[in-house]
Amino acid sequence: MAKTHTAGDERDVVAVVDEVADSEGTGRGMLIPVLQKVQDRIGYLPPEALDRIAERTGVSAAGVFGVASFYSQFRLEPVGRYIIKVCHGTACHVQGATAITEAICDELGVPEGETTPDGRFTVESVACLGCCSLAPVMMIEENTFGRLTPEAARKVVREYGESASSDRGR
Amino acid sequence: MARASQGTEITVGLSSCGIAAGAGDVMRALEAAVEERGLDVKLRRTGCVGMCYREPIVDVEVPGAGKVTYGEVYPERVARILDEHVVGGKPVEEWVVRAPERACEDDSYYERQVRLVLRNAGTIDPESIDEYIERGGYEGLRKALESMTPEGVVEELKAAGLRGRGGAGFPTGVKWDLARKQTATPKYMIVNADEGDPGAFMDRSILEGDPHAVLEGLVIGAYAVGASEGYFYVRAEYPLAVRRLKIAIADARERGFLGENILGFDFSFDVKIKEGAGAFVCGEETALIASIEGKRGMPRLRPPYPAAEGLWGKPTNNNNVETYANVPWIIREGAEAFSSYGTETSKGTKVFALAGKIVRGGLVEVPMGTTLREVIFDTGGGVPEGRTFKAVQLGGPSGGCIPAEYIDLEVDYESVTKTGAIMGSGGMVVMDDSTCMVDIARFFLNFTQDESCGKCTFCRVGTKRMLEILERICAGEGQEGDIELLEELGRKIVSSSLCGLGQSAPNPVLTTIKYFRDEYEAHIKEKRCPAGKCKALISYEIDPDKCVGCTLCAKACPVGAVSGERKQPHKIDQSLCTKCDACRRACKFDAVVVK
Repeated sequence: MAKTHTAGDERDVVAVVDEVADSEGTGRGMLIPVLQKVQDRIGYLPPEALDRIAERTGVSAAGVFGVASFYSQFRLEPVGRYIIKVCHGTACHVQGATAITEAICDELGVPEGETTPDGRFTVESVACLGCCSLAPVMMIEENTFGRLTPEAARKVVREYGESASSDRGR
Repeated sequence: MARASQGTEITVGLSSCGIAAGAGDVMRALEAAVEERGLDVKLRRTGCVGMCYREPIVDVEVPGAGKVTYGEVYPERVARILDEHVVGGKPVEEWVVRAPERACEDDSYYERQVRLVLRNAGTIDPESIDEYIERGGYEGLRKALESMTPEGVVEELKAAGLRGRGGAGFPTGVKWDLARKQTATPKYMIVNADEGDPGAFMDRSILEGDPHAVLEGLVIGAYAVGASEGYFYVRAEYPLAVRRLKIAIADARERGFLGENILGFDFSFDVKIKEGAGAFVCGEETALIASIEGKRGMPRLRPPYPAAEGLWGKPTNNNNVETYANVPWIIREGAEAFSSYGTETSKGTKVFALAGKIVRGGLVEVPMGTTLREVIFDTGGGVPEGRTFKAVQLGGPSGGCIPAEYIDLEVDYESVTKTGAIMGSGGMVVMDDSTCMVDIARFFLNFTQDESCGKCTFCRVGTKRMLEILERICAGEGQEGDIELLEELGRKIVSSSLCGLGQSAPNPVLTTIKYFRDEYEAHIKEKRCPAGKCKALISYEIDPDKCVGCTLCAKACPVGAVSGERKQPHKIDQSLCTKCDACRRACKFDAVVVK
């Protein structure tokens, strides 16, 4: 299984924001790309990051928060190492996406939208991953899993859990 | 050491859906197996060929023997294909889905299709500009710059009759002309690749399969409008599309199709990619522009239209991916060739994403005016065996459900609108008798309610109230008068919202009430879900005559609600059952019934 992208967990928030701002630029039109890049590296957008982005871009703190809270991509709370995005598009819905989410939540013991206590998984529902003819579908990192059954979804999550525990401490 | 395989090409379909079905593993298996056998075979990648139901798909082309297409090629099937077909010269018949000069089951999938937009998808390597050029790529741009004026390009598009493929169907030539006539500079071009409709993947497949076609259409548009800068606004959920687009842009720039003095002419134009941040409303052009400007993606009143005052207050032209992908073909082949396809008012072809309860789901392109029956049954193979076709959802959350009695409807902008649905961007989700229409209406309202930007009261609060009513009905708590209340709220939201999201949000509810009122009434008056979907209104039971006591259902039940002795009929404890459907799926004897 290819591991291409994991939510980052860099801790020096101000330094991250400064680096991103230096490379992306700080014009008003760059606000969203800056938020995206900072989130990529920290894993979410903590208040200190939003404040620093406001300082660097010259947009008011309220303005930055307004943008960050408007778009569903931006997270204001920490998330798990792996985000399980279960597709709830139309095709997935008619093919049983609800049962997929229920099975995964049951497997991990957390409700949808929340993170497991060990910080490994967050279960999310997303609008549409655009793989409708393979419905139901879910995505972990950049890996997409199609033609799922609740049992198959549990298996994928279990396997991810095993590989996640083996790369702890890396 | 070269073997008899010399000149053989093997092509793997590597689009997002192919990869999700395991095509990446197939490619790696092929690489290893080819090397192990020391074969002189060229391994290629391509985009979506449209037969998503057959993924992963592999083409084998032995010189002089034509192209043979295999479906459902899993890594373990690679060795046999190489040994028997590539080395032995005899295709593995049981896995062949298409082959030259002989009838195959899947031929009917392509019979009605006319592939103008998808002319290269599934054929060329989307990461190779040379392969695009070999198939006539950038000839349209060259022709426009060498022998046409900007007005001439606009006139050609008007004559072709191309209309916006994002859903609204506004004539593209007219739109370009509006921006062209503006005197303010700079002017901007936008490609709307924020394909947000759940159930739609046309734009993703085009970008992943033939990114240069979109890019060439954009540059031709920039020449016609007089724009100097362009933006691709792509959904963040489409990382592969973004990657291939970046490669295409870099290659086009290097070859002089983009940048300063394009092809040596006094015309410069360049593009940037903006990744969306997840907001459905950004499919609306003024919201999209606000998002590029770094603001909350909220629509504003029009006029002024973006053609006059768009991005950064400057003249801006915005079209969808599929619209641009049509343009190079029209310029190259001429307006007449294009308008020879389609109906009186809707010219050319339309790409549809076929999904849902359908045998052959995938990407199809048919002439405008093709009937729903031809698309869903002749092409898509109809609904799965044993089920009945009930409705097809067109246009996503802005569209509606067209019932089975309209199966012979000719699909064009006007005729679809007459049913209460809209053409939309091309998502076609097929539903059968196991789909509950009230649940579908609830599903879409949940989506639009969530995606409403909150600016207009009727959209913000009205969709919320409609959702609450629908949830109540699905939970078996529907009341007399709920249907009328939904209709009234729906009409008011349509008339009191600023943008397309609100104006069309009630469509899924209004069309399902129009065509499936009896289902709403069954939920409300009889507390019954005819399709057996709404959990509060159904129960799972085991038919003792059919149950053989195999214990599979009891093993599948996650809550221990199923009990019974081996080889004796089992029983479900209704107080424990969570209606998760696991027992019904596990049963091999159809003994679990939903009541």
